[in-house]
Amino acid sequence: MAHTITDETIDYVAILAKLELSDAEREQAKKDMGRMLDYIDKLNELDTLSVEPMSHVFPVQNVFREDEVTNGDGSADTLKNAPEEKDSMFAVPRTFD
Amino acid sequence: MSKEYETVIGLEVHVELATKTKIFCGCSTAFGGSPNSHTCPVCTGMPGSLPVLNKKVLEYAVAVGLAANCRITRYCKFDRKNYFYPDNPQNYQISQLYLPICTDGWVEIETPEGQKKIGIHEIHMEEDAGKLIHDEWEDRTLVDYNRSGVPLIEIVSEPDMRSADEVISYLEKLRLIIQYLGASDCKLQEGSMRADVNLSVREKGETAFGTRTEMKNLNSFRAIARAIEGEKNRQIDLLESGEKVVQETRRWDDAKETSYPMRSKEDAQDYRYFPDPDLVPVSISDAFLEEIRAKQPELRTEKMKRYREEYDIPEYDIEIITGSKHMADIFEATVSLGAQPKKVSNWLMGETLRLLKEKEMDPEEIRFSPEHLAGLIALTEEKAVNSTVAKEVFGVMFEEDIDPQRYVEEKGLKTVSDEGALRRTVEEVIAANPQSVQDYRNGKEKAIGFLVGQTMKAMKGKADPGSVNRLLKELL
Repeated sequence: MAHTITDETIDYVAILAKLELSDAEREQAKKDMGRMLDYIDKLNELDTLSVEPMSHVFPVQNVFREDEVTNGDGSADTLKNAPEEKDSMFAVPRTFD
Repeated sequence: MSKEYETVIGLEVHVELATKTKIFCGCSTAFGGSPNSHTCPVCTGMPGSLPVLNKKVLEYAVAVGLAANCRITRYCKFDRKNYFYPDNPQNYQISQLYLPICTDGWVEIETPEGQKKIGIHEIHMEEDAGKLIHDEWEDRTLVDYNRSGVPLIEIVSEPDMRSADEVISYLEKLRLIIQYLGASDCKLQEGSMRADVNLSVREKGETAFGTRTEMKNLNSFRAIARAIEGEKNRQIDLLESGEKVVQETRRWDDAKETSYPMRSKEDAQDYRYFPDPDLVPVSISDAFLEEIRAKQPELRTEKMKRYREEYDIPEYDIEIITGSKHMADIFEATVSLGAQPKKVSNWLMGETLRLLKEKEMDPEEIRFSPEHLAGLIALTEEKAVNSTVAKEVFGVMFEEDIDPQRYVEEKGLKTVSDEGALRRTVEEVIAANPQSVQDYRNGKEKAIGFLVGQTMKAMKGKADPGSVNRLLKELL
């Protein structure tokens, strides 16, 4: 394996992804991510200089909607996803700026 | 202070667009809905939901870009900005990083040294986040996603401003352009226009930039001016005492007139932008661009020029009236109903401004209709009401937009035009006030004022003061 993921990197990625990993999971994740980067190296062997960057998989553009209200009160369905609810709002642990 | 410093300021201005629906779904953007009532799977980031761009958002963004002399990106797309925070149910904000809709523009502001161009780096389209409310009782946070997905444009300026005054002029310029376009109401207090200030200081003559800080939570022009002054002094103090300015985001506390660093969102400002695969690219045709260009309304500078040519009103009036799109609309509509421009302008510059100031309202909040203002002006023209009554009626109209003609009729405020009745009252007043009559006859001119007052009182204010004066002089 050409790529070695350091402990620092895996800690940083865990913070970004909001994941808490056990020691075993950390080691497994380090191995998996190393292999992913190896695969990217493989892709990088291709000469793509003359290829336009692709921003979408389908050759489709300009899909719009008109500015008309089509949705009614969605609070009942939305709040089904709330772990806790108060006054029709999601209640979550206190956040800071 | 031993050295001379220069302040360098750039602004990021967020503007909520005046669409009826959100940027990627058919949920209403109306204010005041009960919490989470304007939500659906798209704006709450449910897996498998499919966002579709609101065409009106694109039209507004392009219109603002054209008015701000920008280059319009003919092929643009949306990117995901990833971060975890409870105001953001998708865990990413849909924004534009790689190909923003507008780039390289400018607007011109007035400074004491003359006109100055402020560069616009870019304008991009994005979605707003939900609203967080602190639950004091249980020390937790409550989230309402009604604002989640409301369309915004972010206007990023170049670091071209050097003082709080220039920043305010720039913001007022943007606000007027956007209000004239009808793209937003741009109310700072209500958050439909928000400004983040990037500020650094450097020694005069230096060309490299100093380390900058970003300030958030500025919701009035006054707060912005104070925050700039405060941050400038804080940075200069640091440099003077040999310390370094730390690049950070600071939150302005206007009540305490001080700023403090914001706790960073998990210290990692790593947004890992990537193209949003759910949204297809936008390609702007010549025809689309022409359509928007053709629909561009008259902006303020053009309007001022036309007023000078069409209406015989003072330059100062033109400046005030066109300083609010809403007021200019009322002015023009009232004139088109046949009222004399000068008379309309007088009502706007006089009583309207006085009442706005007294009630601490914005010109955008004026509620009376042009029809009713024209009606009131007609009443005064016909001398059907005198100026005191007219002001009284206007006061009610300002509050409740009543029909002045009907109101005057119903309340019996019409000036009594019956010459006989007026003459009888004047005769009664003369008979009842022998002392004043005597004074007047002895050459005390002022005594007639008292008699006019007594007559007006007897007529319950419904007399034309000119006629009363004439009759008194005749009968004395």
